[in-house]
Amino acid sequence: MTRTDVPLPQHQGFGATSRRDAWWAQPLLVFLGLSAFVVYSTWAAFQGVEYHFSGRGANYLSPFYSPELFGDSPHAWFGPKPTWYPTWLPWSPALLILWAPAGFRFTCYYYRGAYYKAFWADPPNCAVGEPRSGYRGEHTFPLILQNIHRYFFYLALLFIVILSYDAWRGFWFADADGGERLGVRLGSIVLLVNVILLSGYTLGCHSLRHLVGGGLDRLSGRPVRKKTYDCVSCLNRGHMRWAWASLFWVGFTDFYVRMCAKGVFTDVSIIG
Amino acid sequence: MPEMTFRIWRGDSSGGAFAEYRTEVTEGMVVLDAVHAIQAEQAPDLAVRWNCKAGKCGSCSAEVNGRPKLMCMSRCGDLPPGETVTIEPMKAFPLLRDLTTDVSSNFRAKMAVKPFKPRPPDAPDGTWRMDQADIDRPQEFRKCIECFLCQDVCHVLRNHEKHDSFIGPRHFVYAAALEMHPLDTENRLADLKGEQGIGYCNITKCCTKVCPEHITITDNAIIPLKERVVDEFYDPVKKLFRIFRPGNARR
Repeated sequence: MTRTDVPLPQHQGFGATSRRDAWWAQPLLVFLGLSAFVVYSTWAAFQGVEYHFSGRGANYLSPFYSPELFGDSPHAWFGPKPTWYPTWLPWSPALLILWAPAGFRFTCYYYRGAYYKAFWADPPNCAVGEPRSGYRGEHTFPLILQNIHRYFFYLALLFIVILSYDAWRGFWFADADGGERLGVRLGSIVLLVNVILLSGYTLGCHSLRHLVGGGLDRLSGRPVRKKTYDCVSCLNRGHMRWAWASLFWVGFTDFYVRMCAKGVFTDVSIIG
Repeated sequence: MPEMTFRIWRGDSSGGAFAEYRTEVTEGMVVLDAVHAIQAEQAPDLAVRWNCKAGKCGSCSAEVNGRPKLMCMSRCGDLPPGETVTIEPMKAFPLLRDLTTDVSSNFRAKMAVKPFKPRPPDAPDGTWRMDQADIDRPQEFRKCIECFLCQDVCHVLRNHEKHDSFIGPRHFVYAAALEMHPLDTENRLADLKGEQGIGYCNITKCCTKVCPEHITITDNAIIPLKERVVDEFYDPVKKLFRIFRPGNARR
Protein backbone atom coordinates (compact mmCIF):
# COMPACT_ATOMS: atom_id res chain seq x y z
CA MET A 1 0.00 0.00 0.00
CA THR A 2 1.24 3.49 -0.76
CA ARG A 3 -0.08 6.89 0.06
CA THR A 4 0.45 10.27 -1.49
CA ASP A 5 0.91 13.02 1.04
CA VAL A 6 -1.09 16.10 0.20
CA PRO A 7 -2.27 18.99 2.35
CA LEU A 8 -5.60 18.16 3.94
CA PRO A 9 -7.99 20.31 5.95
CA GLN A 10 -6.83 18.35 8.99
CA HIS A 11 -7.60 19.27 12.54
CA GLN A 12 -4.30 18.73 14.26
CA GLY A 13 -3.69 18.77 17.97
CA PHE A 14 -5.38 17.61 21.10
CA GLY A 15 -9.13 18.11 21.04
CA ALA A 16 -9.23 19.66 17.57
CA THR A 17 -12.46 18.75 15.81
CA SER A 18 -15.38 20.12 13.82
CA ARG A 19 -17.82 18.25 16.04
CA ARG A 20 -20.39 20.53 17.65
CA ASP A 21 -21.72 18.12 20.23
CA ALA A 22 -20.38 17.62 23.76
CA TRP A 23 -17.88 14.98 22.60
CA TRP A 24 -15.92 15.39 25.83
CA ALA A 25 -18.87 14.35 28.04
CA GLN A 26 -18.66 10.59 27.47
CA PRO A 27 -14.89 10.20 28.11
CA LEU A 28 -15.22 12.53 31.10
CA LEU A 29 -17.99 10.37 32.60
CA VAL A 30 -15.92 7.23 31.99
CA PHE A 31 -12.90 8.91 33.58
CA LEU A 32 -14.88 9.95 36.64
CA GLY A 33 -16.68 6.60 36.94
CA LEU A 34 -13.58 4.45 36.65
CA SER A 35 -11.51 6.77 38.84
CA ALA A 36 -14.15 6.74 41.57
CA PHE A 37 -14.23 2.94 41.48
CA VAL A 38 -10.45 2.57 41.55
CA VAL A 39 -10.12 4.99 44.46
CA TYR A 40 -12.90 3.34 46.49
CA SER A 41 -11.87 -0.26 45.76
CA THR A 42 -8.20 0.48 46.57
CA TRP A 43 -9.22 2.10 49.85
CA ALA A 44 -11.53 -0.81 50.68
CA ALA A 45 -8.94 -3.42 49.75
CA PHE A 46 -6.35 -1.92 52.09
CA GLN A 47 -8.72 -1.70 55.07
CA GLY A 48 -8.50 -5.39 55.98
CA VAL A 49 -11.32 -5.01 58.51
CA GLU A 50 -15.14 -4.79 58.49
CA TYR A 51 -15.42 -6.79 55.30
CA HIS A 52 -17.80 -9.39 56.70
CA PHE A 53 -21.01 -9.11 58.65
CA SER A 54 -22.34 -11.71 61.04
CA GLY A 55 -24.80 -9.60 63.00
CA ARG A 56 -28.07 -11.39 63.86
CA GLY A 57 -26.67 -14.61 62.40
CA ALA A 58 -25.91 -13.19 58.91
CA ASN A 59 -23.20 -14.62 56.63
CA TYR A 60 -22.24 -11.69 54.42
CA LEU A 61 -18.79 -11.39 52.93
CA SER A 62 -17.68 -8.42 50.81
CA PRO A 63 -17.01 -9.47 47.18
CA PHE A 64 -13.69 -7.59 47.37
CA TYR A 65 -12.58 -10.17 49.95
CA SER A 66 -14.04 -13.31 48.42
CA PRO A 67 -12.56 -15.89 48.35
CA GLU A 68 -10.90 -15.07 51.65
CA LEU A 69 -7.88 -17.34 51.41
CA PHE A 70 -6.31 -16.19 54.66
CA GLY A 71 -7.92 -13.91 57.22
CA ASP A 72 -9.59 -13.50 60.55
CA SER A 73 -13.24 -13.94 59.56
CA PRO A 74 -15.13 -17.25 59.67
CA HIS A 75 -15.03 -17.23 55.85
CA ALA A 76 -11.24 -17.77 55.67
CA TRP A 77 -10.35 -20.94 53.77
CA PHE A 78 -6.91 -21.58 55.24
CA GLY A 79 -6.99 -19.76 58.57
CA PRO A 80 -5.44 -16.47 59.68
CA LYS A 81 -2.67 -14.45 58.00
CA PRO A 82 0.18 -16.88 57.25
CA THR A 83 3.41 -16.50 59.21
CA TRP A 84 5.45 -16.61 56.00
CA TYR A 85 3.79 -13.45 54.66
CA PRO A 86 6.51 -10.76 54.33
CA THR A 87 6.25 -8.22 57.12
CA TRP A 88 7.27 -5.37 54.82
CA LEU A 89 4.27 -5.98 52.55
CA PRO A 90 0.93 -4.39 53.47
CA TRP A 91 -1.56 -7.04 54.47
CA SER A 92 -5.20 -7.45 53.63
CA PRO A 93 -7.03 -10.59 52.47
CA ALA A 94 -8.29 -8.61 49.46
CA LEU A 95 -4.77 -7.98 48.17
CA LEU A 96 -4.29 -11.72 47.61
CA ILE A 97 -7.19 -12.04 45.20
CA LEU A 98 -8.28 -8.69 43.76
CA TRP A 99 -5.65 -8.79 41.00
CA ALA A 100 -7.71 -11.44 39.20
CA PRO A 101 -11.04 -9.56 38.75
CA ALA A 102 -9.05 -6.34 38.26
CA GLY A 103 -7.07 -8.03 35.48
CA PHE A 104 -10.28 -9.29 33.90
CA ARG A 105 -11.74 -5.80 33.77
CA PHE A 106 -8.47 -4.16 32.73
CA THR A 107 -8.08 -6.47 29.71
CA CYS A 108 -11.81 -6.49 28.84
CA TYR A 109 -12.46 -5.41 25.26
CA TYR A 110 -15.12 -2.91 26.33
CA TYR A 111 -13.05 -1.30 29.06
CA ARG A 112 -9.99 -1.14 26.82
CA GLY A 113 -11.80 1.02 24.29
CA ALA A 114 -13.30 3.12 27.08
CA TYR A 115 -10.15 3.82 29.08
CA TYR A 116 -7.92 4.34 26.04
CA LYS A 117 -10.24 7.25 25.29
CA ALA A 118 -10.86 8.51 28.81
CA PHE A 119 -7.40 8.13 30.36
CA TRP A 120 -5.05 8.17 27.38
CA ALA A 121 -6.99 10.30 24.87
CA ASP A 122 -6.15 7.77 22.19
CA PRO A 123 -8.40 9.20 20.72
CA PRO A 124 -10.31 11.47 23.14
CA ASN A 125 -13.42 10.59 21.14
CA CYS A 126 -14.30 9.68 17.57
CA ALA A 127 -13.03 12.22 15.01
CA VAL A 128 -11.29 14.31 17.68
CA GLY A 129 -7.59 15.22 17.56
CA GLU A 130 -5.07 13.43 19.76
CA PRO A 131 -2.32 14.82 21.98
CA ARG A 132 0.50 12.71 20.51
CA SER A 133 1.64 11.59 17.08
CA GLY A 134 3.31 8.27 17.92
CA TYR A 135 1.12 5.19 18.13
CA ARG A 136 1.72 1.49 18.71
CA GLY A 137 -1.73 0.35 19.76
CA GLU A 138 -1.93 -3.27 20.85
CA HIS A 139 0.46 -4.30 18.10
CA THR A 140 3.57 -4.39 20.29
CA PHE A 141 4.66 -4.44 23.93
CA PRO A 142 3.22 -3.49 26.37
CA LEU A 143 -0.38 -3.49 25.14
CA ILE A 144 0.08 -6.71 23.20
CA LEU A 145 -0.25 -8.28 26.66
CA GLN A 146 -3.97 -7.47 26.51
CA ASN A 147 -4.24 -10.73 24.59
CA ILE A 148 -4.07 -12.50 27.95
CA HIS A 149 -7.74 -11.58 28.48
CA ARG A 150 -9.09 -15.13 28.08
CA TYR A 151 -6.94 -16.36 30.96
CA PHE A 152 -8.36 -13.68 33.22
CA PHE A 153 -11.78 -14.81 32.02
CA TYR A 154 -11.11 -18.35 33.29
CA LEU A 155 -10.27 -16.88 36.70
CA ALA A 156 -13.31 -14.61 36.62
CA LEU A 157 -15.52 -17.65 36.00
CA LEU A 158 -14.08 -19.23 39.13
CA PHE A 159 -14.93 -16.07 41.06
CA ILE A 160 -18.53 -16.24 39.83
CA VAL A 161 -18.84 -19.75 41.29
CA ILE A 162 -17.43 -18.57 44.63
CA LEU A 163 -19.56 -15.42 44.73
CA SER A 164 -22.65 -17.50 43.89
CA TYR A 165 -21.90 -19.62 46.95
CA ASP A 166 -21.49 -16.42 49.00
CA ALA A 167 -24.86 -15.17 47.73
CA TRP A 168 -26.45 -18.51 48.67
CA ARG A 169 -24.90 -18.30 52.14
CA GLY A 170 -26.36 -14.80 52.39
CA PHE A 171 -29.82 -16.37 52.60
CA TRP A 172 -28.94 -18.52 55.62
CA PHE A 173 -28.92 -17.11 59.13
CA ALA A 174 -27.58 -18.70 62.30
CA ASP A 175 -30.09 -19.54 65.00
CA ALA A 176 -29.54 -19.08 68.72
CA ASP A 177 -29.54 -22.89 69.08
CA GLY A 178 -26.62 -23.30 66.69
CA GLY A 179 -28.69 -24.28 63.62
CA GLU A 180 -29.39 -22.27 60.45
CA ARG A 181 -32.63 -21.05 58.93
CA LEU A 182 -33.49 -19.69 55.52
CA GLY A 183 -34.41 -16.03 55.34
CA VAL A 184 -34.26 -12.94 53.21
CA ARG A 185 -32.79 -9.67 54.33
CA LEU A 186 -31.76 -6.64 52.37
CA GLY A 187 -28.15 -7.88 52.44
CA SER A 188 -29.23 -11.20 50.88
CA ILE A 189 -30.75 -9.28 47.97
CA VAL A 190 -27.66 -7.05 47.64
CA LEU A 191 -25.37 -10.11 47.41
CA LEU A 192 -27.72 -11.86 44.98
CA VAL A 193 -27.99 -8.85 42.65
CA ASN A 194 -24.21 -8.58 42.80
CA VAL A 195 -23.64 -12.10 41.52
CA ILE A 196 -26.38 -11.74 38.87
CA LEU A 197 -24.79 -8.57 37.48
CA LEU A 198 -21.26 -9.99 37.64
CA SER A 199 -22.49 -13.14 35.86
CA GLY A 200 -24.18 -11.08 33.16
CA TYR A 201 -20.94 -9.21 32.60
CA THR A 202 -18.63 -12.24 32.76
CA LEU A 203 -20.82 -14.53 30.64
CA GLY A 204 -21.08 -11.89 27.92
CA CYS A 205 -17.30 -11.75 27.56
CA HIS A 206 -15.96 -11.54 23.99
CA SER A 207 -13.39 -14.24 24.74
CA LEU A 208 -16.09 -16.60 26.00
CA ARG A 209 -18.13 -15.87 22.88
CA HIS A 210 -15.15 -16.91 20.82
CA LEU A 211 -14.41 -19.99 22.90
CA VAL A 212 -17.97 -21.39 22.87
CA GLY A 213 -18.47 -21.11 19.14
CA GLY A 214 -17.24 -17.86 17.63
CA GLY A 215 -13.97 -19.51 16.71
CA LEU A 216 -15.77 -22.02 14.52
CA ASP A 217 -16.94 -21.39 10.98
CA ARG A 218 -19.72 -23.95 11.22
CA LEU A 219 -22.08 -24.26 14.18
CA SER A 220 -24.80 -26.18 12.36
CA GLY A 221 -24.89 -29.75 13.59
CA ARG A 222 -23.61 -28.59 16.98
CA PRO A 223 -26.87 -27.59 18.71
CA VAL A 224 -25.45 -27.14 22.21
CA ARG A 225 -22.60 -24.92 21.05
CA LYS A 226 -24.94 -22.97 18.77
CA LYS A 227 -27.36 -22.32 21.63
CA THR A 228 -24.51 -21.38 23.96
CA TYR A 229 -23.02 -19.07 21.34
CA ASP A 230 -26.41 -17.39 20.83
CA CYS A 231 -26.84 -16.91 24.60
CA VAL A 232 -23.37 -15.44 25.05
CA SER A 233 -23.91 -13.22 21.99
CA CYS A 234 -27.15 -11.98 23.52
CA LEU A 235 -25.36 -10.97 26.73
CA ASN A 236 -22.45 -9.62 24.71
CA ARG A 237 -24.71 -7.12 22.95
CA GLY A 238 -25.24 -5.41 26.30
CA HIS A 239 -21.66 -5.90 27.51
CA MET A 240 -21.13 -2.22 28.23
CA ARG A 241 -24.27 -1.96 30.34
CA TRP A 242 -23.43 -5.15 32.24
CA ALA A 243 -19.89 -3.84 32.77
CA TRP A 244 -21.04 -0.59 34.36
CA ALA A 245 -23.93 -2.06 36.34
CA SER A 246 -21.74 -4.81 37.81
CA LEU A 247 -18.91 -2.37 38.52
CA PHE A 248 -21.20 -0.06 40.46
CA TRP A 249 -22.96 -2.86 42.29
CA VAL A 250 -19.84 -4.74 43.36
CA GLY A 251 -18.59 -1.52 44.94
CA PHE A 252 -21.98 -0.92 46.53
CA THR A 253 -22.05 -4.48 47.91
CA ASP A 254 -18.73 -3.92 49.66
CA PHE A 255 -20.05 -0.60 50.95
CA TYR A 256 -23.25 -2.23 52.22
CA VAL A 257 -21.42 -5.03 54.06
CA ARG A 258 -18.94 -2.52 55.46
CA MET A 259 -21.69 -0.21 56.70
CA CYS A 260 -23.54 -3.14 58.28
CA ALA A 261 -20.31 -4.26 59.96
CA LYS A 262 -19.70 -0.73 61.25
CA GLY A 263 -23.25 -0.60 62.58
CA VAL A 264 -24.19 2.33 60.36
CA PHE A 265 -26.78 0.37 58.33
CA THR A 266 -29.41 -1.88 59.83
CA ASP A 267 -29.83 -5.02 57.72
CA VAL A 268 -33.60 -4.98 57.20
CA SER A 269 -35.44 -8.33 57.36
CA ILE A 270 -37.76 -9.03 54.45
CA ILE A 271 -38.76 -12.67 55.00
CA GLY A 272 -38.05 -14.77 58.05
CA MET B 1 -38.98 28.66 2.89
CA PRO B 2 -36.22 28.78 5.54
CA GLU B 3 -32.60 29.23 4.57
CA MET B 4 -29.61 27.43 6.04
CA THR B 5 -25.95 28.41 5.94
CA PHE B 6 -23.45 25.80 4.78
CA ARG B 7 -19.72 26.15 5.31
CA ILE B 8 -18.14 23.94 2.67
CA TRP B 9 -14.47 23.13 2.22
CA ARG B 10 -13.22 24.39 -1.13
CA GLY B 11 -9.75 23.54 -2.32
CA ASP B 12 -7.42 20.94 -3.72
CA SER B 13 -4.06 19.39 -2.93
CA SER B 14 -2.37 22.79 -3.07
CA GLY B 15 -4.57 24.27 -0.34
CA GLY B 16 -8.00 25.67 0.28
CA ALA B 17 -10.44 27.33 2.63
CA PHE B 18 -14.03 27.19 3.79
CA ALA B 19 -16.65 29.01 1.72
CA GLU B 20 -20.09 29.93 3.07
CA TYR B 21 -23.30 29.49 1.09
CA ARG B 22 -26.90 30.13 2.01
CA THR B 23 -29.62 28.10 0.38
CA GLU B 24 -33.28 27.34 0.88
CA VAL B 25 -34.09 24.15 2.71
CA THR B 26 -37.44 22.40 2.41
CA GLU B 27 -38.89 19.62 4.50
CA GLY B 28 -37.27 16.24 3.86
CA MET B 29 -34.15 17.66 2.24
CA VAL B 30 -30.86 15.94 2.98
CA VAL B 31 -27.42 17.57 3.08
CA LEU B 32 -26.62 16.22 -0.38
CA ASP B 33 -29.73 18.00 -1.75
CA ALA B 34 -28.47 21.24 -0.24
CA VAL B 35 -25.00 20.69 -1.75
CA HIS B 36 -26.62 20.06 -5.14
CA ALA B 37 -28.70 23.23 -4.79
CA ILE B 38 -25.53 25.22 -4.00
CA GLN B 39 -23.79 23.57 -6.94
CA ALA B 40 -26.67 24.42 -9.28
CA GLU B 41 -27.21 28.00 -8.13
CA GLN B 42 -23.96 29.36 -6.70
CA ALA B 43 -20.93 27.12 -7.21
CA PRO B 44 -21.06 25.10 -10.43
CA ASP B 45 -17.42 24.07 -9.96
CA LEU B 46 -18.04 22.50 -6.54
CA ALA B 47 -16.74 18.92 -6.69
CA VAL B 48 -18.88 16.33 -4.94
CA ARG B 49 -19.08 12.59 -5.54
CA TRP B 50 -22.52 11.01 -5.45
CA ASN B 51 -24.57 8.40 -7.20
CA CYS B 52 -27.65 6.70 -5.73
CA LYS B 53 -28.90 9.25 -3.20
CA ALA B 54 -30.36 6.30 -1.30
CA GLY B 55 -27.58 5.31 1.10
CA LYS B 56 -26.58 2.29 -0.94
CA CYS B 57 -23.70 3.32 -3.20
CA GLY B 58 -21.41 4.78 -0.54
CA SER B 59 -20.24 7.62 -2.78
CA CYS B 60 -21.25 10.78 -0.91
CA SER B 61 -19.21 10.17 2.25
CA ALA B 62 -18.12 13.40 3.93
CA GLU B 63 -17.96 14.98 7.34
CA VAL B 64 -21.04 16.90 8.41
CA ASN B 65 -20.39 19.03 11.50
CA GLY B 66 -17.29 16.95 12.14
CA ARG B 67 -19.06 13.58 12.00
CA PRO B 68 -18.34 11.14 9.16
CA LYS B 69 -21.66 10.60 7.36
CA LEU B 70 -23.29 9.87 4.07
CA MET B 71 -24.60 13.25 2.92
CA CYS B 72 -27.61 11.60 1.31
CA MET B 73 -28.64 10.08 4.65
CA SER B 74 -28.20 13.24 6.73
CA ARG B 75 -31.46 15.14 6.96
CA CYS B 76 -31.16 18.92 7.18
CA GLY B 77 -34.02 18.86 9.69
CA ASP B 78 -31.90 16.80 12.08
CA LEU B 79 -29.15 19.42 12.20
CA PRO B 80 -29.11 22.11 14.90
CA PRO B 81 -31.56 24.80 13.70
CA GLY B 82 -30.15 28.22 12.99
CA GLU B 83 -26.55 27.07 13.08
CA THR B 84 -24.07 26.98 10.21
CA VAL B 85 -23.51 23.47 8.91
CA THR B 86 -19.89 22.53 8.22
CA ILE B 87 -19.24 20.08 5.40
CA GLU B 88 -15.72 18.75 4.89
CA PRO B 89 -14.15 15.95 2.86
CA MET B 90 -13.09 12.75 4.60
CA LYS B 91 -9.83 13.43 6.40
CA ALA B 92 -8.23 10.01 6.30
CA PHE B 93 -7.67 10.17 2.52
CA PRO B 94 -5.74 12.42 0.17
CA LEU B 95 -7.83 15.34 -1.00
CA LEU B 96 -8.65 15.56 -4.71
CA ARG B 97 -10.86 18.64 -4.77
CA ASP B 98 -13.52 20.18 -2.54
CA LEU B 99 -15.51 17.28 -1.08
CA THR B 100 -13.87 14.51 -3.09
CA THR B 101 -10.98 12.40 -1.85
CA ASP B 102 -8.79 9.71 -3.33
CA VAL B 103 -10.00 6.49 -1.73
CA SER B 104 -7.96 4.21 -3.99
CA SER B 105 -5.72 3.10 -1.10
CA ASN B 106 -8.75 1.10 0.06
CA PHE B 107 -8.85 -0.92 -3.12
CA ARG B 108 -5.15 -1.73 -2.79
CA ALA B 109 -5.69 -2.74 0.83
CA LYS B 110 -8.56 -4.99 -0.21
CA MET B 111 -6.44 -6.74 -2.78
CA ALA B 112 -3.94 -7.59 -0.04
CA VAL B 113 -6.55 -9.78 1.68
CA LYS B 114 -6.33 -13.36 0.45
CA PRO B 115 -9.38 -14.13 -1.72
CA PHE B 116 -12.14 -16.67 -1.14
CA LYS B 117 -10.86 -20.23 -1.43
CA PRO B 118 -13.77 -22.67 -1.22
CA ARG B 119 -13.49 -26.35 -0.38
CA PRO B 120 -14.18 -28.81 -3.23
CA PRO B 121 -17.85 -28.79 -4.32
CA ASP B 122 -20.26 -30.91 -2.28
CA ALA B 123 -22.26 -32.15 -5.26
CA PRO B 124 -21.27 -33.56 -8.68
CA ASP B 125 -22.83 -30.54 -10.38
CA GLY B 126 -20.19 -28.30 -8.78
CA THR B 127 -22.44 -26.78 -6.10
CA TRP B 128 -22.10 -26.52 -2.33
CA ARG B 129 -24.48 -26.96 0.57
CA MET B 130 -24.52 -24.51 3.46
CA ASP B 131 -26.69 -24.08 6.50
CA GLN B 132 -28.24 -20.62 6.87
CA ALA B 133 -27.10 -20.54 10.50
CA ASP B 134 -23.49 -20.75 9.33
CA ILE B 135 -23.78 -18.01 6.76
CA ASP B 136 -25.61 -15.51 9.00
CA ARG B 137 -22.37 -13.99 10.27
CA PRO B 138 -20.72 -13.40 6.87
CA GLN B 139 -24.02 -12.06 5.55
CA GLU B 140 -23.94 -9.20 8.05
CA PHE B 141 -20.56 -8.18 6.65
CA ARG B 142 -21.82 -8.41 3.07
CA LYS B 143 -24.05 -5.41 3.78
CA CYS B 144 -20.97 -3.18 3.53
CA ILE B 145 -21.39 -0.52 0.81
CA GLU B 146 -17.75 0.56 0.91
CA CYS B 147 -18.48 4.15 1.84
CA PHE B 148 -15.19 4.09 3.83
CA LEU B 149 -16.65 6.17 6.66
CA CYS B 150 -15.25 3.57 9.08
CA GLN B 151 -11.80 4.03 7.55
CA ASP B 152 -12.22 7.79 7.80
CA VAL B 153 -13.12 7.83 11.49
CA CYS B 154 -10.53 5.24 12.53
CA HIS B 155 -7.84 7.19 14.38
CA VAL B 156 -5.15 4.71 13.32
CA LEU B 157 -5.61 5.92 9.74
CA ARG B 158 -7.01 9.40 10.36
CA ASN B 159 -4.55 10.63 13.00
CA HIS B 160 -1.63 8.24 12.76
CA GLU B 161 -1.71 7.61 9.00
CA LYS B 162 -0.73 3.96 9.28
CA HIS B 163 -2.10 3.17 5.82
CA ASP B 164 0.99 1.09 5.11
CA SER B 165 0.70 -1.19 8.11
CA PHE B 166 -3.01 -1.24 8.97
CA ILE B 167 -5.78 -2.18 6.56
CA GLY B 168 -8.55 -0.61 8.63
CA PRO B 169 -12.04 -1.62 9.74
CA ARG B 170 -13.56 -1.95 6.26
CA HIS B 171 -11.01 -4.56 5.33
CA PHE B 172 -11.24 -6.38 8.63
CA VAL B 173 -14.94 -6.72 7.86
CA TYR B 174 -14.01 -8.05 4.43
CA ALA B 175 -11.46 -10.45 5.93
CA ALA B 176 -14.00 -11.58 8.55
CA ALA B 177 -16.60 -12.29 5.86
CA LEU B 178 -14.11 -14.60 4.16
CA GLU B 179 -12.50 -16.02 7.28
CA MET B 180 -15.84 -16.98 8.89
CA HIS B 181 -17.36 -18.30 5.68
CA PRO B 182 -18.32 -21.97 6.10
CA LEU B 183 -16.92 -22.92 2.69
CA ASP B 184 -13.66 -21.01 2.89
CA THR B 185 -10.44 -22.92 3.54
CA GLU B 186 -7.89 -20.10 3.44
CA ASN B 187 -6.00 -18.98 6.56
CA ARG B 188 -5.52 -15.21 6.77
CA LEU B 189 -4.50 -14.96 10.42
CA ALA B 190 -0.76 -14.51 9.85
CA ASP B 191 -1.48 -11.64 7.45
CA LEU B 192 -3.95 -10.07 9.86
CA LYS B 193 -1.43 -10.21 12.69
CA GLY B 194 1.47 -9.07 10.52
CA GLU B 195 1.27 -6.71 7.58
CA GLN B 196 -2.46 -5.99 8.00
CA GLY B 197 -1.90 -4.84 11.58
CA ILE B 198 -5.03 -5.90 13.45
CA GLY B 199 -3.11 -5.26 16.68
CA TYR B 200 -3.21 -1.52 15.98
CA CYS B 201 -6.96 -1.50 16.53
CA ASN B 202 -7.60 -0.34 20.10
CA ILE B 203 -11.33 -1.00 20.02
CA THR B 204 -12.66 2.54 20.14
CA LYS B 205 -15.78 1.34 18.27
CA CYS B 206 -15.84 4.58 16.26
CA CYS B 207 -16.12 2.49 13.09
CA THR B 208 -19.26 0.79 14.39
CA LYS B 209 -20.80 4.12 15.35
CA VAL B 210 -20.48 5.64 11.87
CA CYS B 211 -21.47 2.60 9.79
CA PRO B 212 -24.58 3.57 7.75
CA GLU B 213 -25.40 -0.12 7.31
CA HIS B 214 -25.25 -0.67 11.08
CA ILE B 215 -22.69 -3.45 10.80
CA THR B 216 -21.39 -4.27 14.27
CA ILE B 217 -17.85 -3.93 12.99
CA THR B 218 -15.93 -4.06 16.26
CA ASP B 219 -17.85 -6.72 18.16
CA ASN B 220 -18.72 -9.02 15.28
CA ALA B 221 -15.73 -8.68 12.96
CA ILE B 222 -12.62 -7.17 14.54
CA ILE B 223 -12.76 -8.67 18.04
CA PRO B 224 -13.57 -12.19 16.73
CA LEU B 225 -10.61 -11.85 14.35
CA LYS B 226 -8.41 -10.67 17.23
CA GLU B 227 -9.51 -13.73 19.19
CA ARG B 228 -8.63 -16.01 16.28
CA VAL B 229 -5.21 -14.37 16.11
CA VAL B 230 -4.81 -15.05 19.85
CA ASP B 231 -5.72 -18.70 19.21
CA GLU B 232 -3.10 -18.99 16.52
CA PHE B 233 -0.21 -16.99 17.96
CA TYR B 234 -0.54 -16.09 21.63
CA ASP B 235 -2.45 -18.78 23.51
CA PRO B 236 -0.02 -21.49 24.73
CA VAL B 237 -2.83 -23.91 25.62
CA LYS B 238 -4.33 -23.65 22.14
CA LYS B 239 -0.90 -24.25 20.68
CA LEU B 240 -0.61 -27.36 22.82
CA PHE B 241 -4.00 -28.57 21.57
CA ARG B 242 -2.86 -28.13 18.00
CA ILE B 243 0.08 -30.47 18.63
CA PHE B 244 -2.34 -33.23 19.54
CA ARG B 245 -5.08 -32.21 17.10
CA PRO B 246 -3.33 -31.08 13.92
CA GLY B 247 -5.38 -29.58 11.11
CA ASN B 248 -7.72 -26.65 10.99
CA ALA B 249 -9.84 -26.76 14.13
CA ARG B 250 -12.10 -23.96 12.92
CA ARG B 251 -13.99 -25.94 10.34
